[in-house]
Amino acid sequence: MTTNGLRKYHAAVWDEPLVMEMGAPGRRGQLFPVDEPDLDAVVGDTSDLIPESLRRGRPADLPELSEPEVLRHYLHLSQEVLGMMGISLFGTCTMKYNPRVTEALTRQPFVAETHPDQDVETLQGTLEVIHGLDRMLRDLTGMDQFVFQPGGGADAAFLHATVTRAYHEARGDLAQRREIITTVQAHPCNPATAAAAGFDVINLPLEEKGYASVEALRAAASERTAALMVNNPDDIGIYNPHIKEWVDIVHSVGGLCFYDTANFNGVMGRIRARELGFDACMMMLHKTFGAPKAGGGPAVGAYGCSEELAPYLTAPVVVKGDDGAFAIRVPEHAGSTQVREYLGNIPVIIKAYSWLRALGAAGVKEAADLSLLANNYMETRLLQIPGVTKGLPHLDEYRMEMTRYSLGELTEETGVTTVDVANRMVDYGVDAFWMSHEPWFIPEPFTPEAGEMWSVEDLDYWIDVIAAICEEARTDPELVKTAPHNQPIHRVVGSGLDDPERWATTWRAYRRKNGLEG
Amino acid sequence: MNRAHPYMANSTEETKKHMLNAIGAATVDELFEQIPDEHVTTRRFELPEPLVSEVELKRHMTGVLGKNEHCEDNLSFLGGGTWQHHVPAICDEIWTRSEFLTSVWGTGSSDLGRNQAWFEFASQLGELVGMEFVGLPVYSWGAAVGHSMRMATRMTGRGRVLVPTLMDPQRLDVARTYAGFPEQEGHIEIAYVGYDPATGRLDLADLDSRLDDGVAAVYFENPAYLGVIEDRAAEIARMARAAGAETIVGVDPTSLGVIVPPSDYGADIAVGTTQPLGIHMNGGGGVGGFIATRDEERYAREYPTLQVSLTDTTHEGERAFGLALFQQSSYGSREDGKDWTGNSVYLWAIANAAYMSVLGPSGFEELGGAILRRSHYAARRLAGVAGVSLPWPTGFFKEFVVGFDGTGIPVAEINRRLRDHGIFGGRDLSSDFPDLGQSALYCVTEVHSRADIDRLAAALEEVTR
Repeated sequence: MTTNGLRKYHAAVWDEPLVMEMGAPGRRGQLFPVDEPDLDAVVGDTSDLIPESLRRGRPADLPELSEPEVLRHYLHLSQEVLGMMGISLFGTCTMKYNPRVTEALTRQPFVAETHPDQDVETLQGTLEVIHGLDRMLRDLTGMDQFVFQPGGGADAAFLHATVTRAYHEARGDLAQRREIITTVQAHPCNPATAAAAGFDVINLPLEEKGYASVEALRAAASERTAALMVNNPDDIGIYNPHIKEWVDIVHSVGGLCFYDTANFNGVMGRIRARELGFDACMMMLHKTFGAPKAGGGPAVGAYGCSEELAPYLTAPVVVKGDDGAFAIRVPEHAGSTQVREYLGNIPVIIKAYSWLRALGAAGVKEAADLSLLANNYMETRLLQIPGVTKGLPHLDEYRMEMTRYSLGELTEETGVTTVDVANRMVDYGVDAFWMSHEPWFIPEPFTPEAGEMWSVEDLDYWIDVIAAICEEARTDPELVKTAPHNQPIHRVVGSGLDDPERWATTWRAYRRKNGLEG
Repeated sequence: MNRAHPYMANSTEETKKHMLNAIGAATVDELFEQIPDEHVTTRRFELPEPLVSEVELKRHMTGVLGKNEHCEDNLSFLGGGTWQHHVPAICDEIWTRSEFLTSVWGTGSSDLGRNQAWFEFASQLGELVGMEFVGLPVYSWGAAVGHSMRMATRMTGRGRVLVPTLMDPQRLDVARTYAGFPEQEGHIEIAYVGYDPATGRLDLADLDSRLDDGVAAVYFENPAYLGVIEDRAAEIARMARAAGAETIVGVDPTSLGVIVPPSDYGADIAVGTTQPLGIHMNGGGGVGGFIATRDEERYAREYPTLQVSLTDTTHEGERAFGLALFQQSSYGSREDGKDWTGNSVYLWAIANAAYMSVLGPSGFEELGGAILRRSHYAARRLAGVAGVSLPWPTGFFKEFVVGFDGTGIPVAEINRRLRDHGIFGGRDLSSDFPDLGQSALYCVTEVHSRADIDRLAAALEEVTR
């Protein structure tokens, strides 16, 4: 125990060199057959099998290491990642337990060693799972068809933008419908994918009640509107009660409505996107449905849409025949809404299916209940800490599964910022909080999301850490401003990251720019 | 009995009561006060009854997934976008570590290990392709093609991209999706370059006739989708450059121990797949893509990806990693950023890094050699089967086209019959490339032994008889 009653913690420090700096000439980590006279007798000299002009003469400058050296190197690196070894309440990412039973199952050859082009008769297990998950997500959202091709939430938003494009193109008014409406609170992937799909973006502002007004939407909606893309609740924890009216307004001018269900954890088992009038929605299997975050994928943004939009999907769809056998239906008009190859990230789909089978309808609702319970429990305690205030404090209803807070008062009083606090948290073995997406409306923001996994003791510990750091900010602000102190390296400054003379995304670039060649 | 759920610590009545008391609420339902009553569904949910115990869940899952057949209990020659390679056991040991598997983002200090692993991915891949600027991976090879086309059109201010007609149809579909529709501003026109029927390689006369000052980029693959090696790659790049277009080359990294890196023959942007670098096929869920270029501002400032750079800390001489050019990403600039980014296949990048470091320079050379010998041995053996012909029997890597017109039997039927022998035949090309007749794309890698190939040849003799 430390003096403030928190755990004594220090990260592993390995001072690990880059793998490119390790090893010795001639050392090997993996051998392949070389001396094969029976094959040589038929095919001749191997090097003659490559046209002379393209034969690689100079070997790639890769490290030369034995197998155990490689293993130990990466184990050292893994120990220099805090993540969920501590407590991670990373807002908008819905950190939850990743059941190890499906981790083990998906590593079996019946998943790992399947090829996507095998005859469907030999992939009946995978297809049954995909079909089953499709049905369960339809039940949860009211949509008529799910596809799993998008490789993440942003990719699903892109899929929606492309479906929007195909829908209006088929009606001959794509040239006119050039605008997608979103809000400044929506995740950046919504405006970004809309723009990448060729649309102009209209960002509705944040207003008094924590969302844009119906009037603002009405003023923006027109015969130029292609679609609306929004989150609800947003990641401040505010639910827009006028969302049905929003959908009606956009529909009345001929636009489509997409529900970015990134923040589904608090509403699952209570609302259905389709019943609110949305034409399409997206579910992140790597967060809401128990598949691991993996530091940023492999992921799946499951995309669900209405019967009316389904014909615009060019991703393959799994269907069940009258004989009970599963088949893959490949749409004929390919190439307009195909965001990735194949059916999707199969292991992630299997993990989500298994998670839903383990919970059932009652378990799903329980998880949503516990998410709100945990968030509001945290809020009660966090707001007792001097220096912590609630974002948009005049909105005093219970927040959904996350709340955005402000450390603005603490910063004014002590000069310690939210970035300083994040860097100090990791000294207590607690992962840094998430602050906010761009733009920041709330000064010095932070946004924890408790989810249903963490125990109340974990939540208490996390809150105690914030309280202790706020106290340190007053008694010893330098300690916080120079944090971390218990991590493998000190605070990252990041100078040169935007300077072409200094950035280096490879070791070769670094050596050249720093005169280390040779 | 109302039991606590194993995934949810707070699902006991006592804990819930304790938390509600702290909040000052009587029921959990009160906490949902923001949702208007008319939004709450009245139709009950019909999810299947839960399998609450792991023993029941595992039995169910194993029962379903066990209906699959796979490429270890069958002999498979499928490739064409997902390939069966040996995955060194330590790759799995490393990516399955909970620290890598379950975490999201922290600080540059507390995520040091993962950032370093990502930097090692980019650095080693850069060595293979001969490029100094490498982004973190994108979703797939198709996504890499799509983004690189968009980079080229932004750089050149031109709107047309040339691609080979002999391209993976799925990869092409993804590229087309990234290209958009003609009614829109910023749309990319995709035009096609034919092939020389004698060699399967790009038809350079056709390329020449299509190059003009509207072409932003020439995209080709080496080896090409149907396996052939573009021996006039340098000529293609020269022609593109002369027309003021960028050269984008798609590569299979397993070839780069024996084939020169694309930078050597003039590629401006290298893209390709990461799946063969230590990732299981996963039914198509193993895919990943990369984008790499020279380290020049003109390219760097168009990347849509995140990229990890070496940088500094508050302590002089201490090494750290940070995100270079973050502001141009969609996280930094929303709709004003370069395309968009998000979750990708970053965990696979760690497995890729381990794979490249365990192979090393000699491993890649040996791997390429083993693939060449086996695939060419297979080509010779199959060419000896009556009625079977190989349009391009030499000058390929790993994959080759096998024609069955002479047998009078459709590929679909041959593959069906091969399954009775425990063999997954090559990918049927007959509907995607009707000009090639009844043909299939066979993939042979280091996992195939001579005996496997002989078994395939014998089975083909039998099923085409």
